[in-house]
Amino acid sequence: MFRIISKTALCDAVIKMEIEAPLVARKAEAGQFIILRVNDDGERIPLTIADFDRESGSVTIIFQTVGATTRLLAAKNAGEYISDFVGPLGKATETEGLRKVAVIGGGVGSAIALPIAKKLHKSGATVHSIVGFRSESLVILRDEFASASDAFFLMTDDGSAGEKGLVTDKLRALTESGEKYDEVIAIGPLMMMKFVCKLTKEFGIKTVVSMNPIMIDGTGMCGGCRLTVGGKTVFACVDGPDFDGHLVDFDEVIKRNSMYRDFEKRCDEKVCNLLKRGEDNG
Amino acid sequence: MADMSQKQNRMAEQEPNVRNKNFSEVALGYTEEQAIAEARRCLGCKTKPCTHGCPVGIDIPSFIANVAQGNFDGAYEVISRSSSLPAVCGRVCPQETQCEQHCVRGAKGEPVAIGKLERFVADRHAEKAESAPVPASNGHKVAVVGSGPAGLSCAGTLAKMGYKVTVFEALHTAGGVLVYGIPEFRLPKSIVRKETDGLRALGVEIMTNTVIGKTLTVDELFDDFGFEAVFIGSGAGLPRFMNIPGENLKGVYSANEFLTRINLMGAYKSDSATPVFTGKRVFVSGGGNVAMDAARCAKRLGAEVTIVYRRTENELPARKEEVHHAKEEGIDFLMLCTPVAISGDEDGDVCSVTLQKMRLGEPDKSGRASPVPIEGSEYSLPADCVIIAIGTSPNPMIKNTTKSLETDRRGCIVADENGKTTREGVFAGGDAVTGAATVILAMGAGKTAAHAIDEYIKSKS
Repeated sequence: MFRIISKTALCDAVIKMEIEAPLVARKAEAGQFIILRVNDDGERIPLTIADFDRESGSVTIIFQTVGATTRLLAAKNAGEYISDFVGPLGKATETEGLRKVAVIGGGVGSAIALPIAKKLHKSGATVHSIVGFRSESLVILRDEFASASDAFFLMTDDGSAGEKGLVTDKLRALTESGEKYDEVIAIGPLMMMKFVCKLTKEFGIKTVVSMNPIMIDGTGMCGGCRLTVGGKTVFACVDGPDFDGHLVDFDEVIKRNSMYRDFEKRCDEKVCNLLKRGEDNG
Repeated sequence: MADMSQKQNRMAEQEPNVRNKNFSEVALGYTEEQAIAEARRCLGCKTKPCTHGCPVGIDIPSFIANVAQGNFDGAYEVISRSSSLPAVCGRVCPQETQCEQHCVRGAKGEPVAIGKLERFVADRHAEKAESAPVPASNGHKVAVVGSGPAGLSCAGTLAKMGYKVTVFEALHTAGGVLVYGIPEFRLPKSIVRKETDGLRALGVEIMTNTVIGKTLTVDELFDDFGFEAVFIGSGAGLPRFMNIPGENLKGVYSANEFLTRINLMGAYKSDSATPVFTGKRVFVSGGGNVAMDAARCAKRLGAEVTIVYRRTENELPARKEEVHHAKEEGIDFLMLCTPVAISGDEDGDVCSVTLQKMRLGEPDKSGRASPVPIEGSEYSLPADCVIIAIGTSPNPMIKNTTKSLETDRRGCIVADENGKTTREGVFAGGDAVTGAATVILAMGAGKTAAHAIDEYIKSKS
């Protein structure tokens, strides 16, 4: 059992949790992920590590309540326990030798992009961060991101915070105004990563994306997380989760990730009703 | 005088058309009377040919003699001297190619049903088992990587000698392939649970959610945690794919993924939080026990299932009993055939599979006739789901993170007959060394390595 040390709502649907997991914290690096189960009958879900503290033995996860499992997790409070928490899995994001990087985060993906921006910033690289959200109410980690960046750009679809537009609009503008990046690191919805890659291919900028496909074990055992990268099948859990975005077959993974959509919707409704009933009774 | 009837006492089974709709165990076990009757068929050969056919050398005539006299505790005592997982092995061992193949009674009629008797003895013991006393500690610490058959048997053997054993398991439940791979209807998970609980009662600590090679490395187990020896029984968990077009479509699974969803995650239960998909028409590619397990699971989930194998029925690597059960349950077998492409619709869902016919050619390295593709024989059949069950290989995670641990070109850890690897203090056994094999061989390797570890630690202290 793993104790929840703290729980903070970053916005309506996004929650930050610090979990007591000293063995995971001991090894964790930016870009790696964990797999958790909330309770004994629960499903296993992967979540990228948002932060870690080797001294106190804690690992921070940030997640959006998008389905049954994240909803159950969100209903847990500080001091309570979750059944399983395993990691750190996958490979760390490679930041060595990078001098000037555009870090792009979309939605809750910004939470995962932040530790990478922090690491780069700390190592002395120039970091331009572009983070995008649908609207102001969904904006998270604004100040944290700004302080880890040499230049920080907040974009919203509706213009309710920062500039109106997509992250790709800003990246295009920056590149066209003469900014030269060694690399772009993009983490967010598949659609966003796909279009960032399309743009950077045009400009010839190496782009790394962090993939989060469906997976079970996270150790290379099931192959459910397989992707086509550069025409070859790879496993996101052990070969990634970071890949050269220009080589990823995004259309394939977008389809694969929709495999259990109906099931997920049914589960989510069931959990919603359960939690609601609990509240009514309490 | 032995009962000379040529036929075995049948073990009751669920009716095929009932069991192919549920996940409860197929074979229901012997009654005491049936077990005694079957035991009386044993001639008690002085030369014990059956024992020579047993990878862990159980004194079979002796345990059967105990059963014949109704001394079931005595029978269990004999078995447990050599085997740490009798309830498991009685169910999943390929007895027909091991002990029972050497049974003298098999020359004329059916051999003594040794496996069924072993199962009876183990189950009867479990019903009334008291926990064994915790052995006195000898003060030495050993780490075991993996809680499958190799790891469990190594841990159990060492714990009985007084070692403080910690088992590290990557998944959230102990048991390895016994819980994620072998389905409930062949090996109920409650039996595996009893075995792991039994180990805990012996003082073995099982740390789930710990991936060696990620959470901790073998080097850290020595340097930071003070283990004096490490046994690697991490199995062969990496699924092989066929590298054919369409393999990444929705509805294509590795057998590992399909079985893990069903067995470990309980996806067959109506209230499961983990989904599994079969659609109406399922094709399973492969002919081993894993292919049979996947096919029989898919059938139970309501699909029409076809097993596609590139050789003929004579070459099927699966146990005869599994093939027989699969057929009884209504699974189709398409022999001399292999999938060469899978096609999908615009949403990326599988809609058909293209098969190519094969013929048998010259024997290959394995000694079996090699399958030769017949050019121009391709044809397509409608399909919703394709399960690839063509084998697994060891996971490279430990090899990649452990200094001076040699592996061969198949990725198997190089170890001698006692499980000693190229790295001092590191021992290995089971599928991690042999590639995918059987539960009993892994168990035997775990036990042998435990004795080698005992010798190694004694020689150092």
